[in-house]
Amino acid sequence: MQIIHSDVLIIGGGLAGLRAGLAARKRGQEVIILSLVPPKRSHSAAAQGGMQASLANSTRGSGDNEDVHFEDTVRGSDWGNDQIVARMFAHTAPKAVRELAAWGVPWNRVQAGDHTAIIDGQPVTISESTTAHGLITARDFGGTKKWRTCYVSDGTGHAMLYAVSDQSIAAGIPVHERMEAVSLIHDGSRCHGAIVRNLMTGELVAYVARATCIATGGFGRIYQSTTNAVINEGIGAAIALETGIVPLANMEAVQFHPTAIFPAGILVTEGCRGDGGLLRDVDGHRFMPDYEPEKKELASRDVVSRRMEAHIQSGKGVRNRFGEHLWLDITLLGEQHINGKLREVKEICQHFLGIDPSRQWIPVRPAQHYSMGGIRTTPDGAVYGLQGLFSCGEAACWDLHGFNRLGGNSVAETVVSGMIVGEAIADFCASPAGELTVSTALIRDCGRQAAEEFSAIARCSGPENASQLLRDMQQTMSQQVGIVRHGDALQSAVDTLKSLILRSRQIGLRCSRPGANPELLLAWRVRKMLKLALCVADGALQRTESRGAHFRSDHPQRNDADWLKRTLAYWPDAEQTRPTLRYEALDVLRMELPPGWRGYGARDAIDHPDTSRRQAEVDALRQQLASADRNTRQAALLAFRHHLPAHLRGDNARLGEAP
Amino acid sequence: MISIFRRPASSPPPRRLTLDILRYNPAEPERAPTLQAFTIDEAEGMTLFIALNEIRAHQDPSLQFDFVCRAGICGSCAMLVDGRPALACRTLTRDLNSHITLAPLPFFELIGDLSVNTGQWMRGTAERLQTWIHAVDRVSIDEIEAPMAPELAEAIYELDRCIECGCCIAACGTAQMRPDFVGAVGLNKIARFRLDPRDQRSDEDFYELIGDDSGVFGCMSLLGCHDVCPKQLSLQTQIAFLRRKMARLGFD
Ligand SMILES: Cc1cc2nc3c(=O)[nH]c(=O)nc-3n(C[C@H](O)[C@H](O)[C@H](O)COP(=O)(O)OP(=O)(O)OC[C@H]3O[C@@H](n4cnc5c(N)ncnc54)[C@H](O)[C@@H]3O)c2cc1C
Ligand code: SF4
Ligand code: SF4
Ligand code: FES
Repeated sequence: MQIIHSDVLIIGGGLAGLRAGLAARKRGQEVIILSLVPPKRSHSAAAQGGMQASLANSTRGSGDNEDVHFEDTVRGSDWGNDQIVARMFAHTAPKAVRELAAWGVPWNRVQAGDHTAIIDGQPVTISESTTAHGLITARDFGGTKKWRTCYVSDGTGHAMLYAVSDQSIAAGIPVHERMEAVSLIHDGSRCHGAIVRNLMTGELVAYVARATCIATGGFGRIYQSTTNAVINEGIGAAIALETGIVPLANMEAVQFHPTAIFPAGILVTEGCRGDGGLLRDVDGHRFMPDYEPEKKELASRDVVSRRMEAHIQSGKGVRNRFGEHLWLDITLLGEQHINGKLREVKEICQHFLGIDPSRQWIPVRPAQHYSMGGIRTTPDGAVYGLQGLFSCGEAACWDLHGFNRLGGNSVAETVVSGMIVGEAIADFCASPAGELTVSTALIRDCGRQAAEEFSAIARCSGPENASQLLRDMQQTMSQQVGIVRHGDALQSAVDTLKSLILRSRQIGLRCSRPGANPELLLAWRVRKMLKLALCVADGALQRTESRGAHFRSDHPQRNDADWLKRTLAYWPDAEQTRPTLRYEALDVLRMELPPGWRGYGARDAIDHPDTSRRQAEVDALRQQLASADRNTRQAALLAFRHHLPAHLRGDNARLGEAP
Repeated sequence: MISIFRRPASSPPPRRLTLDILRYNPAEPERAPTLQAFTIDEAEGMTLFIALNEIRAHQDPSLQFDFVCRAGICGSCAMLVDGRPALACRTLTRDLNSHITLAPLPFFELIGDLSVNTGQWMRGTAERLQTWIHAVDRVSIDEIEAPMAPELAEAIYELDRCIECGCCIAACGTAQMRPDFVGAVGLNKIARFRLDPRDQRSDEDFYELIGDDSGVFGCMSLLGCHDVCPKQLSLQTQIAFLRRKMARLGFD
């Protein structure tokens, strides 16, 4: 077997992997990036709406800063996230946007003077100041107090990914395309790289590295209806799980996006509602204000998706031959706005629905969109359980998002975590622990094991069909582990998935072609995807509360007393048909923002016993430091800057804020 | 009135589609390229993405093709649809005859069946044309960003929308004759960086990159590229403009 060496192996060429690779490369490490597809085709390219960062340039963003961004993110997460990480993130996001600007991202800019915007269905005049003219502007997104989402029309992810990818080309980082990591090389405590399959030839290659980073994105394809790309199958997370030592955290925290076009599941951005679009039902009635009088269409995604499903259940859905949906109405934004700021939406409507969204309503229904859970890491991006293994981006549970991610916080996370984790990787490589000490016997063993896995599948002449198992899994997940969950359905999902796992060991192939054999690949992947599906379903079944995107109709309250903790799913034994679940408590006594009401959604949480004590401490500290500046006050509540690489610790300059 | 809306429209029986697909796997050179016919029933809203996946799931699990976003965003799925380069994922079968021919994009390395290696070619072109911002001044990311005219940012985005699908190359007469031609995709990128004030390269620098027959002077202005670009980039205008600029430099 061929062996390829580098200092750093990055698995994944999306925004997160590329940015982490760049950071490590700039520190002198030799980096190789692996990707299933050419990096610019990674699903980061599909992000439309934008990236959150508290620049506060536009009028509706004025007064914004790291504190407000932090609080919105924690509330959005339903207090499920790591507040240290949220602080590191909110602090670094403005730097990331500005860096991307310097790398050529054509962010939309503030235009001085009066403009008409549509807010709450009404035209409103907004005046932008001349001092802000030409600075990066922002749009409104759900769950945010300020207009904070920086954007490039509705091709934000595309523009970001191209800029970062071009930087990695400039830095001479090789990307090995059409290569799939199929297992990790490890000895039970240290990771030494990965066994990788060439998707064109079927050949296995060992990539050996001092540090390995998994940045393989989300796993939406375990669901039937998803906005994710067809390559988002979660194999990166699955191979980490299969080490038996690495946990996947909060896998039950799955986000459903309110506006996927029906039935294709292709996303139309939250920017549609941010820019003033409305949701309507079969009678043309705008129903969100009935449920969420304050935030209306712009409550957080979990809340809007849930309200939409409930509204459909109440008989107000629009029926077509594929099922039921609701309408997204952006006609009120006008043709000019749509042609300029919502171009991808317009193209998608034209090509996939044959309609013109400036004149017709768009059929939408919530679809799986984002995985908050993933490979559990420390704030440095180091993966639990294996030294030398890191993870960032959607594949990771760095735990910025807790149980619900805010729109625009994900592409921001990819670059911010890439900046931070890439530095941690370089630090690790430069430390004594980063020495390469792997034995060739171990590499050979791991390679042989991977090869055996494929040949066993190729040899098997069992009665099962991989595409059928995949469809059954996707259907089970969408129907029973979806937006509204219930113990009975979850139990039945777990049972079904367990039987699918058993059946997946009996897949017979029809085609025994060597090389790129799509059928062999599917049979191999579906077994991995089933494990992820079980982590989601079982995690959801055990979590007898509702938090963020995880909503249990049989346990509708958020229960901080029992469930303010992160699920950790392990798969220690390959023969298991169900994950081993453990839990990691969140420490209320170290929270800067103790649990409370989100400001939207239900208001009936069961308190954690420490909450009132911590709230009293926080209030006292705030009062004591009332005359201090906000950074001093913040540092007293939750010091975080020491977690950041030195060059990312500085204050962010803003218009109207004293330097 | 609403009940009328809710009644499913009576639909005519679905069309039977025949897809003739050019099959060839370079790993098996002993098998000559063949056109293989598959028939399927058309469904409402069917795209070539849906059709090809259905064929792979039910008829031939070995069929190779590339889809990623299936939303017309990522540029993976360009192929010749009835001889014309197009994104398969957003091609609706109802816009085609019931007899459809699919072939891989020409010019690029064939991986198998409908799958071609556009990625490698695009990376090579990016390295050759240095398609990144060349800035001399260092930018502090703690400071407020440099302002840019809003219209300029929008104009740059117009050119930045290329998804590197390769359709323009497949439709280009020059590219078929000159394998080193940078194509409309390459020229458009130069136009994009030239327009961007953050890139401090001069026209002389750009001339070095595209001032010959493998660059802007190789283009015969037949505009095959312009007609097939799925992002409707203004390739015609950009190429003509660049040629004028570069020709002037050539005379100086
Ligand atoms: C339609 C859509 C719109 C979105 N819009 C927004 C938005 O407006 N704002 C926002 O903040 N977020 C948005 N998101 C979310 C955001 O785009 C993603 O979470 C983010 O881009 C993920 O980036 P990533 O780098 O982690 O992963 P990806 O970009 O998915 O990249 C994963 C990479 O890993 C590679 N890979 C995967 N498995 C393997 C393997 N086994 N071996 C080797 N390589 C592998 C892939 O080839 C790919 O290069 C959107 C998501 C979707 C689906
Ligand atoms: S210029 Fe148009 S046709 Fe050519 S690669 Fe770019 S998007 Fe495709
Ligand atoms: S106009 Fe130039 S680049 Fe476009 S197809 Fe013709 S020769 Fe090729
Ligand atoms: S699959 Fe992405 S453009 Fe067709």
